[in-house]
Amino acid sequence: MKIVVCIKQVPDTTNVRINPETNTLMREGVESIINPFDMYALEEGIRLKEQHGGTVIALSMGPPQVESALREAISLGVDEAVLMSDRAFAGADTLATAYTLARGIKKIGKVDIVLMGRQAIDGDTGQVGPGVAENLGLPHVTEIRKIEQIDEDGTIVVERLLEDGYVRLKSKLPILLTVVKEINEPRLPSLKGKMAAKKAEIQNWKSEDIELDAQRIGLTGSPTQVMKVFTPPKPSGGKIFEGDVQQAVTDLLVELRSAGIPIGQQKE
Amino acid sequence: MNYFLTEEQEMIRDLAAKIAKEKVEPLALEYDEKGTFPQDIVEVLAKADLFRVFIPEEYDGLGGGIMEMSIVVEELSKACGGIALAYAASGLGTMPIMLFGNEEQKKKYLPRLAAGEILAAFALTEPDAGSDAAAVKTKAVPDGEDYVLNGTKQWITNGGEAFIYTVIALTDPTRGPRGASAVLVEKDTPGFEFGKKEDKMGIRASVTRELIFTDCKVPKTNLLGREGAGFLVAMKTFDKTRPGVAAQALGIAQGALDKAVAYSRERKQFGKPISAFQGIQFMLADMATQVEAARALTYAAARTIDAGAKNVSRVSAMAKLFASDTAMRVTTDAVQVYGGYGYMKEYPMEKLMRDAKITQIYEGTNQIQREVIALQLIKESLQKKE
Amino acid sequence: MAEPIRIILDKCVGCGLCIKVCAYDAVSLVDKKAVLNERCTVCGACVSACKYDAILIERRPFKGQDVENYSGICVFAEHRGGELSSVVYEIIGAARELKVSLDKKISAILLGSKVRQMAEQLVSYGVDEVWMMEDPAIGDFNEEIQADLVAKILLDKKPEIFLGGGTIIGRSLLPRVAAKILTGLTADCTELAIDGENKLLKQTRPAFGGNIMATILCNSHRPQMATVRHKVMKAAEVLQGHDGQIQEMSYPILKPRVEVLEFVPEEMDTVNLADADFIVSGGRGIKDPKNFALIGELAKALGGAVGASRAAVDAGWIPYSHQVGQTGKTVNPTIYVACGISGAIQHLAGMKSSDIIVAINNDPAAPIFNVAHYGIVGSLFDVVPELVKQIQG
Repeated sequence: MKIVVCIKQVPDTTNVRINPETNTLMREGVESIINPFDMYALEEGIRLKEQHGGTVIALSMGPPQVESALREAISLGVDEAVLMSDRAFAGADTLATAYTLARGIKKIGKVDIVLMGRQAIDGDTGQVGPGVAENLGLPHVTEIRKIEQIDEDGTIVVERLLEDGYVRLKSKLPILLTVVKEINEPRLPSLKGKMAAKKAEIQNWKSEDIELDAQRIGLTGSPTQVMKVFTPPKPSGGKIFEGDVQQAVTDLLVELRSAGIPIGQQKE
Repeated sequence: MNYFLTEEQEMIRDLAAKIAKEKVEPLALEYDEKGTFPQDIVEVLAKADLFRVFIPEEYDGLGGGIMEMSIVVEELSKACGGIALAYAASGLGTMPIMLFGNEEQKKKYLPRLAAGEILAAFALTEPDAGSDAAAVKTKAVPDGEDYVLNGTKQWITNGGEAFIYTVIALTDPTRGPRGASAVLVEKDTPGFEFGKKEDKMGIRASVTRELIFTDCKVPKTNLLGREGAGFLVAMKTFDKTRPGVAAQALGIAQGALDKAVAYSRERKQFGKPISAFQGIQFMLADMATQVEAARALTYAAARTIDAGAKNVSRVSAMAKLFASDTAMRVTTDAVQVYGGYGYMKEYPMEKLMRDAKITQIYEGTNQIQREVIALQLIKESLQKKE
Repeated sequence: MAEPIRIILDKCVGCGLCIKVCAYDAVSLVDKKAVLNERCTVCGACVSACKYDAILIERRPFKGQDVENYSGICVFAEHRGGELSSVVYEIIGAARELKVSLDKKISAILLGSKVRQMAEQLVSYGVDEVWMMEDPAIGDFNEEIQADLVAKILLDKKPEIFLGGGTIIGRSLLPRVAAKILTGLTADCTELAIDGENKLLKQTRPAFGGNIMATILCNSHRPQMATVRHKVMKAAEVLQGHDGQIQEMSYPILKPRVEVLEFVPEEMDTVNLADADFIVSGGRGIKDPKNFALIGELAKALGGAVGASRAAVDAGWIPYSHQVGQTGKTVNPTIYVACGISGAIQHLAGMKSSDIIVAINNDPAAPIFNVAHYGIVGSLFDVVPELVKQIQG
C-alpha cells in the first residue's frame, strides 16, 4: 500500500500571544512545529503501513526550513520524505497550494491513500484536502475519526465525524482523507528513529522537477489575496457588571461578541 | 551553562525531556499518592529506545555510557524521581551483567533489557546488612550443578517488577565476605518469592520489596564472574552507577528550583511578588549555584567513567554525595520559598522534599561515600609520598 | 523567476514593525533596512503592518473569469433531515445586507431528493431565485455529486458571490467546488462587506488560532466564494410578502464513489478539557451536585467543556477528571467561565492563561474578580440560566 501524508510546518499558534501594548504578535519563543492535526495523520499512515504493509511518504510544500518537519516525520517511522520548495510556490493560497501538492502526489504516483489533518492551525481553513482530491480526481472524506477496515480488494470503510454523531461510509481506494484528533494517539519518536532521521535523504523538488502549469502555483495561482491584517481589539480587562441580571448578561454578551468571539457556536 | 553535549546526547536529552513533560508529569502526583508502579511509562521509555542508551551495540544497545544514562535519569527526575527510578534501578541491575557477564549471559539478557522488554534489579542489602554490606547472610550453597539460595534481601528497588536479579550471596560461608558471589536469579524461579510492597516516605512510584529465597535452585552457569568475587562485583558496579543516583538527585533539585522560582514570581505579599525580596533572591541564588555545581560534578564523574579511567571510586562517590546533599538542601529551601503552601499535599512541593531524602541514603549512604572518598584520599597521599 | 515579495529600500526607515508581526521569523534588520530571508511564506502580514508602504507583493494572478458577466449573490442551501440547516438563515441574513450595497439578486442552490418545501421557505426569507434540483439520485449529501452540480450551476448562472456555511458539509464541499471552477474561497468569515469603490466582497476572517484578523479579496476570479460559521452572523427573519422564483435545474448526476452505510447519533457531552475553546466551571457556590446540570447547559450552549474547582470535586459533586487547578488539569481556552468559584490560587494556577476569564459570583470581594476580564456579581442560579437563554437566542 502506498500512503502519502501531507504535512505542514506551522508556528505554534497555541503559544502565540498578542503584546497588549503594541497590539502585535509576540513571536519570541514560538517554535515551528508540525501542524498538530497532521501528527494524527502521520500516526494513522504509519499504523496503516504496520497493518497492511507498504510505504509511507511524507510530503510538504514550504520554505527550506520545512525539512526539519520532514525529518521529524521520519523519526516517527515514515519511510520517505519529499520537500517541495521553490520561491515560485510561495504566496500560494489554498487553491494554489492544493494544486501544487496534487502535482507532487501525481509525481509520486500510484498512491492508494492520501492523508492529512483536518486543518492547519495557522490558516484554519481546512480547504487544501478537498482541493487536492479534486485536482487528483479522487473521492475525499473529511473529519475521519476512524478507518474501520481496508479489504484486499481496496474497499475501505471509515467513520466520519458530524456535528451530532458520526456516519459510516464505504468507498474504494484510492481516496483522500482528512483526520481529526479522535482517530488515534500519536506515538513519540524513538532514538533509533531520530538517528535514522538525521541520516535520511530528503528529496527536494523544485518547480522544474514537477510537471505543472506555472500559472497555477504560488502567487500567480492564487485568486485570493490578503488586503489587510490586523489584530482584533482585545476586550479590556476587569469589567464588572452588577445590577439587573438580564441587562448584565446582555451587556456581557455584546462585549464578547464584538471582540469577535463566536458565542454559541456549534461544536464541530 | 553549556556542557558541550554531543549531538547524540542532545537528542537523548530532548527525547527524555519530552517524555518527562508529556507523559511523566501528568502522572507524577497520582502515582506518588497511590504508590503505583509506572508500567505505562516503562513501555513508553522502551518504545523510545531509551533503555538502549547505556548498552553496547552488539547487544542491541546504542553504545552510550554513564553520561547518556545520567542524562535520561536527570530529565525524567525533573518530572518525578520515583518514576525515573524504575529506569535508573534497572540500569543498576544491568550493570553487573555488562561488567562481569560472560558472552552467554550477556546475549541472554542484554538485548531484552535494551528493548525494555524486561527490567533488572540489584540485591545486596539485608535486614542486618546495610552499610555493613560484608555482613550479608544469604547463602548460595553449591549443590552439584546448582547453587541453592536461602535468605532474604531487603528494600530491593524494582523487586517483583524486574525479571532478572543480581543477588550477592555467600557461596562459601566459611570465608566471610571473601566467600560472597554474584548470582543471577530469574523471577518465577521456584523458591524465589517477594515480600510486601514497602510503604515509603518518598519515591513512592518506585516499587521496593523484600526478596525471599527458600531452597531456591539456580544453575551454576548463573554465576557472574568468579566465586568469591561478589563484593568486587558490587563495588565495581556502584562505582559506575553512582552518577546515576547523582543524576536523579540533580533532576529532583532542578525541578524544585524551577518551581520555586516560578512560584516566587506569582506569590504576592506586601504588595509585591516575593521574588522582589532579597531574602528570597539570595535563597534562589544559592540553590541555583549548588545545583549547577552538582551538575558539573555529576557530568565530570560520568565522563571520567566513560573515558575508561581506571580508578573512579572517588569522583563517583563525590558526585553522589554532593548531588544528594544538594537535593536535600534545595528541596528543603524550595519548600521554605513556598511557605505554608509548601507544606500542603495539595501543592507539588512537599513531594520533592520527600523524594530527595532517599538519595542521601541508598546506593551507599553519604557516610559511606565519605569513607570511600577519605580512604581514596589517604591512599593517593601515601602513593604520592613514594 | 522574480521575487514575489520585496522591500522597497528607499521607503524603508528601519522601524522594525515588520519584524514584530512576522510569525515565521523571516525578517531582520541589516544596516537599518529590512531584509527578508528564505523563511518567508509571503503571507502578507508585514505588507499590512508597514506604515511606509515599503514592502511590495507583486501579484499577477492567472486569468480569471470575465468579471462583468457575473452578477448576484448566491447562497448554498445546506439541509439535513428535510430541514434547512440553521446556518443557512444566517447566510441569507448576510446576503440581504450585501444586497443593500450591491443591489443585485439573491439566489440559492438547493439540491436533494425531496426539497421543494425548503425552496418555498427560502423564498419567504428573501431569496429571489432558487436554483433547485430535486432528484432521488442525489440522495443524502455526497461531495462528488454535489460539487459537480454546484459547479455546473455556478458556471451556468454566474453569480458574482457564492456563500456557504462553515459546517462540516460546507467545509468539505465548497473547497472542492472552488478547485473545480478555479476561483477563490475564504473560510470562516466573521464579517462580509462590499467595498464602496470596486464593489468587491471584503471577506474578513481570523487566523493564527484567532490571534489576528485578515481581510481578503478575490479580485479577478468569480464567483467570490466564502464560508460563514454558525452563530457568527445574525439570522434573517421572514420577509413578509416576498416573491421569488423557483427554477428547476437539470443535469446528469454522477455515480457516487462514496456510499453511506449508516448514521450513528452521538451525544457530544464530554469535550476534552485540554482542547476546549470554552470551559464553564463550577465551584463551592454550586452548593448541590444536581446544580451542575446548569453548568452543563451553559457549556453545551457554548459548545465547550465542563470544569470544576477542587472544592466541588472533593465534595463528590463531579468526577476528578473535570478538576481544573494545581492538582487537576491546566487549561487555556478562549473563554473560561468560573461560576461560584472564589478564585483560590490553587484554582487560578490551572486556568489563568485562559484568553478571557468571566467570573460569576455573588460575593463582590471574591478574589476571582481580580483576575477576571469580565465579571457578573450575582447569584449563579440567576445568571447562568439567563446566559443560556440569551445565547440560544
